Amino acid sequence: MEALFAITVGMLTACSVFLILRGRSFPIVVGITMLSYAVNLFLFSTGRLVIEGAPIIGNTKPIADPLPQALVLTAIVIGFAMTAYAVILAVRARGEIGSDEVNDLDHSDAEGQR
Amino acid sequence: MNLLLIVFLPLLGALIPLCLYGKSRRIVSLATALPALVAFTLLVVMATQTLAGAVPQVLLPWLPELGLNLAFRLDGLSLLFSGLILGIGLLIILYAHYYLSSKDDANRFFACLLLFMASMLGIALADNLILLWVFWELTSVSSFLLIGYWFHQSDARRGARMALATTGAGGLALLAGILLIGHIVGSYELDAVFAAAEQIKNHNLYLAALILVLLGAFTKSAQFPFQFWLPHAMAAPTPVSAYLHSATMVKAGIFLMARLHPALGGTEPWFYIVTLTGLATMLFGAYFAIIKTDLKGLLAFSTISHLGLITMLLGLGTSGAVIAAMFHILNHATFKAGLFMIAGIIDHETGTRDIRRLGGLRKLMPFTYILSLITAASMAGVPLFNGFLSKEMWFTETVNQHLFGGLSWLVPVLATLGAMLSVAYSVRFVHGVFIDRPTRELPKVPHEPPFLMRAPVLIFSILCIAVGLMPMLLVSDLLTPAVAAVLGSEVPIKIALWHGFNLPLLMSLLALVGGAVIYLGRQEIFNFNRQFDQTDAKEIFETTVQKLSDGCSYVIAKLETGSLQRYMALLFAIVLIFLLPELIAIQSLTGSRPQLPIDTVSMVGAIILILASLGTAVLHRQRLTALMMLSVVGLVVSLSFAHFSAPDLAMTQLVVEVVSIILMILALFFMPQRIPRASSGRRVARDILLAGFIGGVVGTLNYAIITRPLESISVFFLNNSVSGGGGTNVVNVILVDFRGFDTLGEITVLAIAAAGIHKLLNNLRPSMPSSDVDGRPWHSIKHPMMLTTVAQMMLPLALMVSAYIFLRGHNLPGGGFIAGLVTAAAMILQYVSNGVDWMKHRFDHNYQSIAALGVMIAVFTGIGSWFFDKNFLTSWFTYVDWPIVGKFEVATAILFDLGVYLTVIGATLMILANFGQMTTRHRPTQKGH
Repeated sequence: MEALFAITVGMLTACSVFLILRGRSFPIVVGITMLSYAVNLFLFSTGRLVIEGAPIIGNTKPIADPLPQALVLTAIVIGFAMTAYAVILAVRARGEIGSDEVNDLDHSDAEGQR
Repeated sequence: MNLLLIVFLPLLGALIPLCLYGKSRRIVSLATALPALVAFTLLVVMATQTLAGAVPQVLLPWLPELGLNLAFRLDGLSLLFSGLILGIGLLIILYAHYYLSSKDDANRFFACLLLFMASMLGIALADNLILLWVFWELTSVSSFLLIGYWFHQSDARRGARMALATTGAGGLALLAGILLIGHIVGSYELDAVFAAAEQIKNHNLYLAALILVLLGAFTKSAQFPFQFWLPHAMAAPTPVSAYLHSATMVKAGIFLMARLHPALGGTEPWFYIVTLTGLATMLFGAYFAIIKTDLKGLLAFSTISHLGLITMLLGLGTSGAVIAAMFHILNHATFKAGLFMIAGIIDHETGTRDIRRLGGLRKLMPFTYILSLITAASMAGVPLFNGFLSKEMWFTETVNQHLFGGLSWLVPVLATLGAMLSVAYSVRFVHGVFIDRPTRELPKVPHEPPFLMRAPVLIFSILCIAVGLMPMLLVSDLLTPAVAAVLGSEVPIKIALWHGFNLPLLMSLLALVGGAVIYLGRQEIFNFNRQFDQTDAKEIFETTVQKLSDGCSYVIAKLETGSLQRYMALLFAIVLIFLLPELIAIQSLTGSRPQLPIDTVSMVGAIILILASLGTAVLHRQRLTALMMLSVVGLVVSLSFAHFSAPDLAMTQLVVEVVSIILMILALFFMPQRIPRASSGRRVARDILLAGFIGGVVGTLNYAIITRPLESISVFFLNNSVSGGGGTNVVNVILVDFRGFDTLGEITVLAIAAAGIHKLLNNLRPSMPSSDVDGRPWHSIKHPMMLTTVAQMMLPLALMVSAYIFLRGHNLPGGGFIAGLVTAAAMILQYVSNGVDWMKHRFDHNYQSIAALGVMIAVFTGIGSWFFDKNFLTSWFTYVDWPIVGKFEVATAILFDLGVYLTVIGATLMILANFGQMTTRHRPTQKGH
C-alpha cells in the first residue's frame, strides 16, 4: 500500500510540475492546485498510513497521528486562499495586459531602456 | 567609565560643529578642540594606571546574544595609539584652523574630523573584536567623507570612492576573519581570544582566518598590492592627509596586526605573508616616492614605504622587531605628520605642490626650511634624529633573522636599498623645494605662515630631535607596555644612540651615501621610468570596477530573461541538484515499518487518481476538460483522506474542492478562449524530463518516509486532549487549543489573502466574451428553475448541517473550518443558481466585516485569558446539563472556533462573491487603494 501511495503522490507531483512549467497562466493555476494536493498528501502521510484509526479519543483501534492532520487541515484552507489569489492575479493580468502569457515578451525592449 | 568617555566625547562632539553654523571660525575650532582636549586629559589621567602595568577595562552589554559588547581596554598598545590619535588630532585641529580657506565649510570638516577621531579611538581601545570592526568600518566611512571633502573636485570624489571601495572590501574580509576567530574561540572578547591562541593556531581554519584578517589590515594600511588607493586619497585637504594618511588611519592595519599578534602571530604563514608583503611594499613605495613630482604624492608613497617597513618588523615578530615597530610607529607619526603639514604650508603659500615648479624657498621661508630639514632628516634616518634610531633597530633585525635559509642575506641588502631610496626622496623634498633654483615663476609670492600654523610642525620637529637624543628618557615608559601587549610578555627596552662600529651602522652610512648618489643621478631614474606606460591607478581601478559591473549585468541579463517558464525550470532543476545526492546516499529505501496490504478500493482509487492527473496534464489546452479532470483528482484525494483515517481532512478537502473548481470555472470565463500554439517539442521534452524527475524524487522520498517507523510528539496531544482541552477529536483540539496560536495566524493569513483579492478585483475591467469559442451565444435562461428551487431548499439544510458539524467538532470530526466551508458553499450555491442581484437583495452584508469579525473574535478569546491571569489563548471548559440535549460541554475553544468559522465564511465569500460580481453592475469600482 505504501508503494502505491508514494507512486500516486509522485505521479501527482510530476503532472503538476509539468503544468507549472507551461507558458500560460491557466495551466499554471491548475498545476499549483494539483501541487498543493500532492504536498498535502505528502505531509499527511508523514503520520504514516493507518486504516480505520481516526484520531478520536475512544477509538479502540490503533489511531493515526493527529498532528500532521491538524497541519494539513489548515494547509488545505490556506492552499485554497493561495490558489484563489493566483487565479485572480491571472485574471487581473489578463485584464491589464490582454494576454495570459507568463513570459515577458517585451523584455528585450525593456532591457535596452534600463 | 572614563574609557567610554574617551571614545564617546569626540563621537558626540562631532555634533558640536554642526550646531555652530554661522559662528566664527575661531569659536568652531575651539569648540571642536574641546572634546578632544578633555578626552586627551582623561587619557593622560588613565595612562598612569597602564604605565604602572594595569589594564583598565570596561564592559557594557550591547548585543550580548551576538557576542557584541561595548568593551574597552587601555593596555600599552591602546595607549600608544590613542595618545597618537588625540595628540596629533589636537595639533591637526590647530593647523586646519589656519589651513582651510574662508570659503571652505569648516563646520562640516571638523564634524567629520571628530567622527574620524572617535572611530579611530574606538579601534584602539576596543576590547571586543566585533566592536573593533564596527569602528573599523566607521573609519572607512568617515575617511571617505574627509577625502571627498572638496566634493566639487572630480579627483576628490574618485579618490574617496576608491579608498572606500578598497578599505570597505578589506573591512568585509576582516569581518569574515573575525567571525572565524569567534567561531574557533567561542567569544569575541580579546582576553578570551588571546587565551585561546594555541587553539586558534592549530585549528583547520587558522589559515583562512589569518588571510582574511590580513586582507583587512593590508588594504587599510595600503600594503602591496593594495597600495593604489593611498596616493589618490591625497586629493583630501592636507590636514586630512597629515592626520589620516600618515599618523592614524593607515596605521589601523598595523594596529590590527599588532593587536592580534598574540593570537595569530608567530606561525610560518604569518611570518612569510607579513614579512614579504612588508618588504615588497617598502621597496615599491620608496621607488615611486622618488619619481613623484607632487609633494604630497612623494609623501604618500614614502608613507606606503614606511608602513611596509613596520609591517615587515611585525612579520619578523621577535621582541627586538616589535620594539622597533612600536618605536617606528611613533617616529613615523611625528616626522610624517610634520612633513605633510609643511607640504600643506608650501601649497598654501605658493599655490603649487609640484617640485618641478618649486625652488629657492629657503630665503623666503627660512623658518619652514629649518623645520623641513629636521623632519626630512628624521625620515632619511640621519643620526641624532629619531628616525635614525628605529631604522637602525630595523637594520639590526634584518641582519639577525635567518628565516630565509641560504637567502637570508638578501633581506638586509634589500633593506639597505630601501633606506637609500628613502634618503634620496628625503633629500629631494628639501633640495627640490628650498634650495634648487626655481624653473618658473611661482603662482604666488610666498611668505612665512602665521606662527600658530607652524606651531604644530615646530612641536613635531622638537619631538624628532628630543626623542632622537634621549629615547630612553622620553619613550621607553610608553613603549614598554605597548610591546608587552603585542608580545604577551614584558621585555626590557634598551634604545641606545651608539652601539659601536657594527653592521647596522655601516648599513646606515651606506644608505646615506647611496641615497645622495641616487639623488644626484635621479635624472637617469626619471628617464628609465619614462619608458614604462604611465597608467593611472585610478583608471585601472575604475576600469576594473566597470568590468565587474558589466560582468554582473551580463549574468543578470542571462538569468533574468523575464520568462517565468525559465525561472521555474531553473528552480526545479536546483531542487533536483540538492535532493538527488541525498537520495543516492540513502542505504536502503524501504524502512522497517510493517506495510499495509493493498486492497481493491485503494487500487482503483490510485488508478483513477493517476489517470485523472495525467489527463489534466495532457489535456490542459482543453481547459474545461482539464478542470473536470482536476476535480476528479481533488475528489479522490479527499476519499483517500477518508480511507486513511482522516475524516476531518476528507470533509475539508471535499468542500474546498467544490469551491475551488467553481472559482476556476468562473476564471475560465475571463480567460482567452482560444489557446494558440502548443509549446515546442523540445520544451515539452525538457519539461516532461524535469517533471518526471521531480515526481520520481518526491515519490521516492515519500516512500522512504512512510515505510520507516514513526516517532511522534503526538503522544502528548493524545494524552492531554480530554483532560487539557476538553475534547475527544484530537485534530480539532490541536487546532483550537494546543496550537491555537498557529490557527490564529492561519485565519489571519486567510483574511489577508481575501482582502488582497478584493483589492485586486477593484477597478478591474475584464474582457467578457459574449459567446462561446465557437460563436454560439450564451443560453438565454440564466437561472434554470430546477436548480433555483433545489438550491433554495438546500440552504436551510446546509446551514443546519454546518451548525451540527460546528458544534460536534470538538469531539467528533468537524469544527469551525469545515462548518465555515459548508456554509460558504451553500451560499455560493445560491449565487450560482439565483444570481448576484437576487442575493444582494436578500443578504446585503459585506463579507469583509464578517472575516474581520471572525479574526477579532478569535483574538479577543485569546486576550480573554489574560483577565484570568492565564497565558494568551489558554482555554477553559466545563460541562452543563441542558434539558433534552443532555450533558453538553461549554468551552472557550468553541468561541475561538466561532472566530475561525466566521473568518472562513467571510474570506471564502469575499473571494467568490466578489469575483462573481465582476460580470454584473455590482462590480467593485472604488477609487483609490
